[in-house]
Amino acid sequence: MRVLIVEDDLDAAAYLVKGLKESGYVVDHVADGREALYRVAAETYDACVVDRMLPGVDGLTIVKTMRSAGNAAPVLILSALGDVDDRVKGLKAGGDDYLVKPYAFAELLARLEALLRRGRSDAPDTMLKVADLEMDLVGRTVRRAGRPIELKPKEFALLEYLMRHAGHVVTRTMLLENVWDYSFDPQTNVIDVHVSRLRQKIDKGHDKPLLSTIRGAGYSLRDSH
Amino acid sequence: MIATKLLRSSTLRLSILHMAAFGLSVLVLLWFIYSSTAGFMERQTDETINAEIQGLAEQYSQLGLTGLIRVIKSRVAKDKAGSSVYLLTDWKFNPLAGNLPEWPKFKDTGSGWFDATLEDTENFEPRRVRMRYFLLPGNFHLVVGRDVSERVKVERLIVDALIWGMLLTVVLGGAGGVLTSRWMLKRIDVITKASREIMNGDLTRRIPTRGAGDEFDRLAENLNAMLDQIGRLMDGVKQVSNNIAHDLRGPLNRIRSGLEITLSRPLEPETCRQALERAITEIDGLLQTFNALLTIAQAESGARRQDFTDIDLTNLAADAAELYEPVAEEAGLTLEVDLAPQMTVPGNRHLLSQALANLLDNAVKYTPDGGRVTLSLTAGPAGPELTVADTGPGIPPEHREFVLERFTRLESSRNTPGSGLGLSLVAAAAGLHQAELRLGDNSPGLRVTLAFPAGRAKS
Repeated sequence: MRVLIVEDDLDAAAYLVKGLKESGYVVDHVADGREALYRVAAETYDACVVDRMLPGVDGLTIVKTMRSAGNAAPVLILSALGDVDDRVKGLKAGGDDYLVKPYAFAELLARLEALLRRGRSDAPDTMLKVADLEMDLVGRTVRRAGRPIELKPKEFALLEYLMRHAGHVVTRTMLLENVWDYSFDPQTNVIDVHVSRLRQKIDKGHDKPLLSTIRGAGYSLRDSH
Repeated sequence: MIATKLLRSSTLRLSILHMAAFGLSVLVLLWFIYSSTAGFMERQTDETINAEIQGLAEQYSQLGLTGLIRVIKSRVAKDKAGSSVYLLTDWKFNPLAGNLPEWPKFKDTGSGWFDATLEDTENFEPRRVRMRYFLLPGNFHLVVGRDVSERVKVERLIVDALIWGMLLTVVLGGAGGVLTSRWMLKRIDVITKASREIMNGDLTRRIPTRGAGDEFDRLAENLNAMLDQIGRLMDGVKQVSNNIAHDLRGPLNRIRSGLEITLSRPLEPETCRQALERAITEIDGLLQTFNALLTIAQAESGARRQDFTDIDLTNLAADAAELYEPVAEEAGLTLEVDLAPQMTVPGNRHLLSQALANLLDNAVKYTPDGGRVTLSLTAGPAGPELTVADTGPGIPPEHREFVLERFTRLESSRNTPGSGLGLSLVAAAAGLHQAELRLGDNSPGLRVTLAFPAGRAKS
């Protein structure tokens, strides 16, 4: 997986490059908007992480240029502008996800992985399966080891999101944004309570827990440990 | 220095403009006076000449040539001042009678009227004469004229007077303009000087007024009122920034000392890890405070009102209730939800969600085990009313205004986690949506109502 990082803050970029390399990515870094335009035109990347405010050409212009040139590589926009309107602008310009600075590296990694996976399953799923946990998206039913599990609509949506990202870390903010469509962090850990309830329903009475908490990052639904 | 300032002053420019308009109207007025006096005199001369020619023509037709000659001679003799001019000639212009030695040269304009200057041997002064030429039957030529030297003198006097009048107007107007503009400049200078001192930092200074109640005084009073308002706002900002400083310093201090202690001890992986995790938790808290402040500032600026969309409050409240229901249950509380269907207001979904989440958060946080939290949406007298009520300790009436301010935390809740910004955000969101925020008594507990204004009906 080859990722281009466009970031003019060299310290932040070095930290990102190091983190992504340790996570197994091939990483290129440019600090300048013009250079970035040249790179995305000349080479093929699986994903780009683009800072919004750059010298020369700004991040949104880079994304717009990429999209108008037919480049569909997923783009994660980084920005110090955290307003909902700014976020909407970023996504409208063609960005696939928007992360506000300062961010946790785990959050960035989780989102980047989610973006990289997104392109792969084009056909709409009718069935999701993680180990012996099965979700029927048409009949809206969930079974584990053949036994049906009763879920409320939001619990169903939560589990669906986790199953679609099975094997990967999903952060609390990702859940809030994608399952509840909230772009703010409630003070109380409401998400933790929801997840622990869900865990009760899917893991209770089974030897192998599927839903685990990743310290300092979020949650992960995975087959084995 | 003063001269250039005077020249640049708009007052002077205005007075010059004024003077020009004034001068022009004086000019028109004087022209009118001139034309009505001098013109009157001219017309009178012409009428006299006409009457005389008519009289002489009548004499000629009644008495014949000799009679006419006699009449002319007697008129010349009677006219001792020499103000009248007569000349009668035959068809070859040979003088027959009159006091002109020869036929005057003139250009015949067709009307018979002409002006001539005659050499006067007696007075050594040329005479200005207004004359009319008349052809009598029998080809006798007659000219009758009047000496207008006096009239010309009077006209010249009038013109002189007019010129002097104009000059006086310009001089007096200019002097008046300079004096007025200097007087105005002086008063403006007072204001400029005072405002410069205020800009230089003396915010307590005010612009002096003269008590005359004129425009300058009113300007000064308005500026002073504006300064008072700025002063109050500055105090407000100072208050808030003090609060921010205080509330950010606390966590920053904890982070710093935590890291310092860790560094001063032998570095063991596990303690380092714990210290770093604590630091990150603190930083996340700081970020949350920071974001809340930004959101409040944004809501208060009203900038988001332009992209309001129709918000289904019923849906929004149901989502929030669904989000908080497990937390409430975990805290041993009952969350009662009573939502009227299809309540819509124009608004910002994110801000409204966050405001409602903050209210539910507070309710869950402050209500003791076994309590009840009620979320209801009803049709109020104006618009929809969203109410969150709990059975917690409530807020005493005298503190209700106070808790809406930033960073306010009641003494009783010092030990509960929170930034003191939750209700400020609710208040800011209410303000943005022009909704009324009511804090009431749920006896026991707190009852917070967001009463939206009457809006458009759901289409």
